Amino acid sequence: MVNLSRENGFNFLLAAGLLIIPFIAQSMDEPFGITLATRVAVLALAGVGLNLALGSGGLVSFGHAAFFGLGGYVAGILAHHALNYEPIMLSPFEINGTTEMLIIWPLAMLVSGLAALLIGYFSLRTSGVYFIMITLAFAQMIYYFAISWPAYGGEDGLPIYLRNTFPGVNTMDPISFFLIAYVILLLVIALVHVLNNSRFGAALQAARQNDERLSAVGIAPFNIRLVAFVISAMITGLAGALQADLLKFVDPSALSWHMSGEIMIFVILGGVGRLFGPVAGAALFILFESIFGGMTEYWMLFLGAVLLIVVLFARGGLVGFIAGKARHG
Amino acid sequence: MKIKSILGAGLVGLSMIAGSAMAESVKVGMITTLSGGGSGLGIDVRDGFMLAVKQSGNKDLSVVVEDDARKPALAVQIADKMIQSEKVDILTGIIWSNLAMAVVPSAVNQGKIYISPNAGPSQLAGRGCHPNYFNASFQNDIMSEGMGAYANKTGLKKTFIMAPNYPAGRDFLNGYKRFYKGELAAEVYTKLGQKDYAAEIAQIRASGADNVFVFLPGGMGIAFMKQYAQSGVNIPVMGPAFSFDQGILKAVGQNAVGAQNTSHWSKDLDFPGNKTFVEAFKKEYGRLPSLYAVQGFDTASLILSAMKKASIKDTDAFRAAIKEADFDSPRGKLKFGNNQHLIQKIYVREVIKEGDIYTNKVIGVALESHQDSYAAKCKM
Amino acid sequence: MTSALFIEQLLNGLQFGVMLFLMAAGLTLVFGVMGLINLAHGALYMVGAFACATVANATGSFSLGIAASIAAAAAAGAIVEIAVIRRLYTRDHLDQVLATFALILIFSEGTRWIFGSFPLFLDVPELLAGPVMLPGGIQYPLYRLAIILVGGLVAVGLYLLIAKTRLGIRIRAGESDRAMIAALGIDIRFLYTVVFALGAALAGLAGALVGAIQSVEVGMGEPVLILAFVVIVIGGIGSIKGALVGAILVGVVDTMGRFLLPQFFQIFMDNVNANSVGSALATMLIYILMALVLIVKPKGLFPAHG
Repeated sequence: MVNLSRENGFNFLLAAGLLIIPFIAQSMDEPFGITLATRVAVLALAGVGLNLALGSGGLVSFGHAAFFGLGGYVAGILAHHALNYEPIMLSPFEINGTTEMLIIWPLAMLVSGLAALLIGYFSLRTSGVYFIMITLAFAQMIYYFAISWPAYGGEDGLPIYLRNTFPGVNTMDPISFFLIAYVILLLVIALVHVLNNSRFGAALQAARQNDERLSAVGIAPFNIRLVAFVISAMITGLAGALQADLLKFVDPSALSWHMSGEIMIFVILGGVGRLFGPVAGAALFILFESIFGGMTEYWMLFLGAVLLIVVLFARGGLVGFIAGKARHG
Repeated sequence: MKIKSILGAGLVGLSMIAGSAMAESVKVGMITTLSGGGSGLGIDVRDGFMLAVKQSGNKDLSVVVEDDARKPALAVQIADKMIQSEKVDILTGIIWSNLAMAVVPSAVNQGKIYISPNAGPSQLAGRGCHPNYFNASFQNDIMSEGMGAYANKTGLKKTFIMAPNYPAGRDFLNGYKRFYKGELAAEVYTKLGQKDYAAEIAQIRASGADNVFVFLPGGMGIAFMKQYAQSGVNIPVMGPAFSFDQGILKAVGQNAVGAQNTSHWSKDLDFPGNKTFVEAFKKEYGRLPSLYAVQGFDTASLILSAMKKASIKDTDAFRAAIKEADFDSPRGKLKFGNNQHLIQKIYVREVIKEGDIYTNKVIGVALESHQDSYAAKCKM
Repeated sequence: MTSALFIEQLLNGLQFGVMLFLMAAGLTLVFGVMGLINLAHGALYMVGAFACATVANATGSFSLGIAASIAAAAAAGAIVEIAVIRRLYTRDHLDQVLATFALILIFSEGTRWIFGSFPLFLDVPELLAGPVMLPGGIQYPLYRLAIILVGGLVAVGLYLLIAKTRLGIRIRAGESDRAMIAALGIDIRFLYTVVFALGAALAGLAGALVGAIQSVEVGMGEPVLILAFVVIVIGGIGSIKGALVGAILVGVVDTMGRFLLPQFFQIFMDNVNANSVGSALATMLIYILMALVLIVKPKGLFPAHG
């Protein structure tokens, strides 16, 4: 049964829990806990992006790492140029690098969004397995390009020696950086919530369930899907930029198909189409990684087993387990 | 928690009673690749390191080991954890240049000493050198520089060179070109991770080259050597040691016999430290050591030798003690250059069959006491 | 460039294509009959290679190794089908992708647990070692010719199986109308297990054949898997004919691209840059090919019915 108040309660607990952990870690002199919480926030944000395409729009993109990595590279490349005082381009007009997060974020979203517009334009003509495969193929294309293009480090990746800056905040302070990521995560979740309950959200739901009916009322499902795909990519791209700053590093592995799989895992573990699903999923993933990763070299084996069990027997993910079945079919 | 700290205090107390002046405990964090592709290298580094620790019997040295699965993001995270939570004094263990570039600059800037047991990206040897960064393995270019010099010595005039299309691949080919004076038959870059070399072998066959220089680490090298042997092309193959090391030879077998490769170490080098090391490694782990194991062993030996001379609390003294490298390495006596990379002899080895085992033997010297080409750019 | 070199490269492309076909045939069959997308197909390729290496090293016989690779992959396929895959037929593609992604993790880490992290030794058998002289003065490895031959035989065998046998009739019935074959009283669960095991056996065979000239190691199946997906998307998912055409197209385009693109760019720029740009573009070439095909034919070259 649907239990809205229960889901809302759980969401509140998740949000509050994630906020409290870094401060507890701080007081216990375990600053690594802050890093872990920041990772949860950043990866959850990537998942929130995918969840919009996948959960609300039914678009199973197996290439979201492309946007995640592109966002990261935007942050890395801008910082690289700013720190080396080399302009990115001279003609027709001069563009310089920057370390301002407030400039980097919109640019990361812009680049990811443009890439999604192009990839989506071709991919969305297909559906089902073709869509899964063609998104994967486009992501692989960008991945191989990043590996072989020497200008920005290729396979070696691109270090960001100093974390980019945010006005009035010392971003090198772990708690401050966590709060930045956390606030963005909550803002984006709120935005997605508004979006899902708007006319656009309704149209996207309708496009997922029945193309013809939507076309009959004069809305082109293709356009609705494309817009959803682009927004979804922009959110994931923003997460990529934050991840680059968190690690102070970006490299092609952020573009690999394993990354696409991992983003998908966050969504599934938490619960597809659930507003806070990716937060729960990313938290579970990080918990799992830090507990079992310390115990055995073969922790991926157990991750695989857990994932299999969730897919086969607990389809609603963690949120579904706690709050009952999904609201919409 | 409590029990642990009491125990720790007890150990410190004991060592103080023992009266050793330098009985300062040192904590080493090892981030290395133990799972996924290329984990054989990390396992060898770890085992070599642990062998030295075990032999020393030094109870003041504690080591935490974590697996980076060859993922830069994970390596960065583990480094953060080791510095922030585990509060290690020294970091080491990273196998790959790209992971090193993600972890090392930030770690040494936070005041941690880092000793590289494998890989030496050019950035860290040149302008980006740092008083806290030591390289106990090699600068990436030196093996192929040695091969280039050796090609001149043996009168080779036309080389076909090939590597994967990624930064280390280009570094290795540039190293060869820097020393080699002859003509290039072709310069080919393949896809990283490529396993089928039919197209490239066909080009080699048609090139009329008098030798082939390849840098293809791991599974790529295995695949290439097997296919090359099947192709009937008999232009001699040369390369840096990485494609012809103990772990690889087990999988390539007969197909690699006769291949020449450059290395800073070989199992048959006649140093007292080498004989005892090879024997001890075989006894402990039941397999022959690789050059990665040697590098791990030397990394630990550097730390252990420095602990005898200085306190980790006195960073300057401790770094100076590391730089002295006062011990018998399997590579003879180690000597650091101005950029804290080793100045070493580059040997030429040939793959042979010894009983049932494929291994290498030294057939010559490519470069005597060779310092890497970036040292001059290091302002240290 | 000599014509001998050109022909040799075409043969290389053909051999690569044939190997891709062995992988793609199983994938496309499983999708055509059961509607399942199986990411773990690459894991079965790895199982085949490891089984072949283990048995060939223990017995000294490559043929026994090949037999073992087919048997082991088929057995692994059947077990996985019964334990996991059959619960996924009614699920959406998302669940299938994730469950089979989980299987990859389990297979890879499980194999590493058992066999360790070092690559295993597996070499070409004596009988097929070395090169042969082809008409036109082309020297070519005998083993690669043998792979082309095996691939051709498998293609013919699959055609006969599907066109002429009872099993084939049932498979075709399953492709067009699932309800009908149930009505015919065919044990559909058993049919599905057989089809899945057949696809797995082909993947295992490919793994063993390729393992002998490449390397037998954990994770070897993943790059091949992605290429096989490109192949079936180009060919039309569910179509065996499409898989064959797509595989050879991808094999030849990839091989010729690696060979010709750097030379092509040398016309415009200096050698070092040409090599770098050319090989970067060569790695992306088949994905570009795939995008082009899908723009013209969104369901692939040979769209399967339904």
